[in-house]
Amino acid sequence: MSGPEAGSTSGGPVAPPLEIHDLTVAYRDKPVLWGVDLEAPAGKLIGIVGPNGAGKSTLIKACMGLLPCASGWVKAFGHPVSESLGRIGYVPQRESVDWDFPVSVMDVVLMGRYGRVGLFRRPSAEDRRIARDCLDQVQMLPFADRQISNLSGGQQQRVFLARALAQESDLYFMDEPFAGVDAATEASIIALLQGLRDRGKTLFVVHHDLPTARDYFDWLLLLNLRVVAFGPTAEVFTPDLLQKTYGGRLTLLSEVAEAVRAKAR
Amino acid sequence: MDGSSTQWIPRPPSTRVDAFRGARRILRGVAGWLWLASAALAQAAKIGDLTEVRWTEQALRFASLSDPAVRHACLGTVLLGVSCGLLGGFLVVRRMALLGDALSHAVLPGVALGFLWNLEKDPLAIFVGALVAGFAGSAVVSLITRTTRLKEDTALGMVLATFFGAGLCLMSMFQRLPTGNKSGIESFLFGQAAALGPGDLQLMGVVTALVVGMLAVGYKEFLLVSFDPGFARVLALPTRWLERVLLLLLAFAVVAALQAVGVVLVSAMLIIPAATASLLTDRFHRMLLWSAAIGAVSGLSGAFLSFLGTRLPTGPFMVLSAGLFFGAALVFSPRHGVWPRWNRQRSQRLRVAQENTLKAIYQVLESGGFPGETVPVGALAARRRIDREAALGEIGALVRGEFATLSGDTVALTPSGWQRACAIVRNHRLWELYLTQDACIAPDHVHDDAEKIEHVLGEATVRELERRLPRTDVDPHGRPIPSVPAPAPGGRAPGDRPQGGVIGYGGRP
Repeated sequence: MSGPEAGSTSGGPVAPPLEIHDLTVAYRDKPVLWGVDLEAPAGKLIGIVGPNGAGKSTLIKACMGLLPCASGWVKAFGHPVSESLGRIGYVPQRESVDWDFPVSVMDVVLMGRYGRVGLFRRPSAEDRRIARDCLDQVQMLPFADRQISNLSGGQQQRVFLARALAQESDLYFMDEPFAGVDAATEASIIALLQGLRDRGKTLFVVHHDLPTARDYFDWLLLLNLRVVAFGPTAEVFTPDLLQKTYGGRLTLLSEVAEAVRAKAR
Repeated sequence: MDGSSTQWIPRPPSTRVDAFRGARRILRGVAGWLWLASAALAQAAKIGDLTEVRWTEQALRFASLSDPAVRHACLGTVLLGVSCGLLGGFLVVRRMALLGDALSHAVLPGVALGFLWNLEKDPLAIFVGALVAGFAGSAVVSLITRTTRLKEDTALGMVLATFFGAGLCLMSMFQRLPTGNKSGIESFLFGQAAALGPGDLQLMGVVTALVVGMLAVGYKEFLLVSFDPGFARVLALPTRWLERVLLLLLAFAVVAALQAVGVVLVSAMLIIPAATASLLTDRFHRMLLWSAAIGAVSGLSGAFLSFLGTRLPTGPFMVLSAGLFFGAALVFSPRHGVWPRWNRQRSQRLRVAQENTLKAIYQVLESGGFPGETVPVGALAARRRIDREAALGEIGALVRGEFATLSGDTVALTPSGWQRACAIVRNHRLWELYLTQDACIAPDHVHDDAEKIEHVLGEATVRELERRLPRTDVDPHGRPIPSVPAPAPGGRAPGDRPQGGVIGYGGRP
């Protein structure tokens, strides 16, 4: 999906929003992702699905440089990720922070602006306006001054989403943004994500629920320790490939991984 | 179907319970320190001068600030209160309180070696020695957590004790040395603000300025790296450096505070003011300011109290003052305090009791088909299944709230009492209706639930119930649901009476 080359200043082909080559990630010497290769098209809503422990969160964390890669490289917009972090937005898993922390909903959403505000400078009135706007988009504006511990799970998730919106990025990674969210909220969130997609953003969304994945996403990344398939949903969402992702236990791959770890001890 | 009063008291949210547990733990810790402090006091009295010092004279001397030692002590304790309070705020919200404890104990061998450097109290040598020991301690902790399966709290506990033990050994060896000026070394255990010299103060001033300046400049970065370090890294913040600066500032603050508070208690000055502040506010910047203020005031009052006697250690008094502030916040904090909450629960209980009586009066009137406007006390007592005395007590509460009047043996509702009675009965029956219709719960299961819910349904929820229910005139047990009369100063509008063809409560004389 490389549209008109308006975005490219050099006149060359537009670099893909995300390009991964031979990425291998290991936890304590145990490989949890093997040889991932992919080149993401721009302006797509991409679901990452796979069984528990397939390495979905690991993949997006490694893409953003939050986990060290054992081998391979990741490029965003043609540059190493560490140089293009300003164009990457992130929605971590809800459990990754302490919700008793003494900050308000507004404080959290403003954090999304910190990358743009710059080091050691204060958010401006404009940043606050943008943060309020993002809160409004997730229907959380009435809660702006609440302390975050008073929120329900779905509300917490929407606050994180608003924070990512405030980043105004071109490439988003979202780690289970639908976890603990009721059906109505899920529908409004997916509409929001599709709106972002329509504005040319690329979104990677870790998703748990297979039946809805087909309706929600343009492209799917079927993952189970390695990339089983990556492509348009219509082509990838086939019984055969799903069976390969979920059903067929990757006994050999996990056995070898275990052996590698045991040897490293 | 009795009108027995069910006292429904909302349970406090679990976070508060946690805060309480934490507070209790801190109090237990304070009690332990008290014991230690009393031991130190006994010793101080033994070695103290035999000259009697009048404490009023001492208080005046302190207040006049004429004595340079007093000025030094005041300035030093305020400085340390501010720096420890600010950094303690970070420790508390990051659940790293034990780190402060470990760091402060781990510096002791460094202090002893600093003394040994040129066999006298040289602030700079001690500062450097303590810093080195502190960092060695934290390096050992991270080594243990990285290479073994032991968790951080275990590693911190071990390092704390081991380094402290090593420090004590070194100090006792040092005290047996024939040469050298040993005065002052014992003040590093329990603190001696009166022994602060200009060199100590300069050091404390620099450290506090550094802490305040760094946190003011990088508040937003330190906040984010404490709240969500992963997100901070995605924003390309130098998270590793921020963490290091925070740890360095913490070590600086601890080491600078040693002379005044002592190794044993400095962690309390990190944690108690911050814990107190966290009971007072829900915003981090306000919490830091409160924490610094409480730290400064505790430091000052500790210096003052220790000055009243002779050679009393400062640390225990400082920590004691901080503990008192914490106790006060625990009891009186507007939102999380025990006293305001008890008050809230008490008024809630009173309200529930009043509403139950009002409901019973309504039911007595209803069972007779609303024949008149008054209810005999006996009938109310029978309905409430209580004796006459208790019924009179409940009526008394209604009369005080101007919901009813008592004349002779009969109770009459005032307009506002009638309004509340209708509202509570309506709440009860609407909720029963909702449970049976929307939630598909059997009609004989819904009464007990409604007994509790009727007291907590808000205006908005009632509107929502009315919107959802197809008809709101008859409850699942076939009784009419009253509408709530509009509040009218002189009485009720004539149309406001229970629906469903029941004869309404007529106009009042």
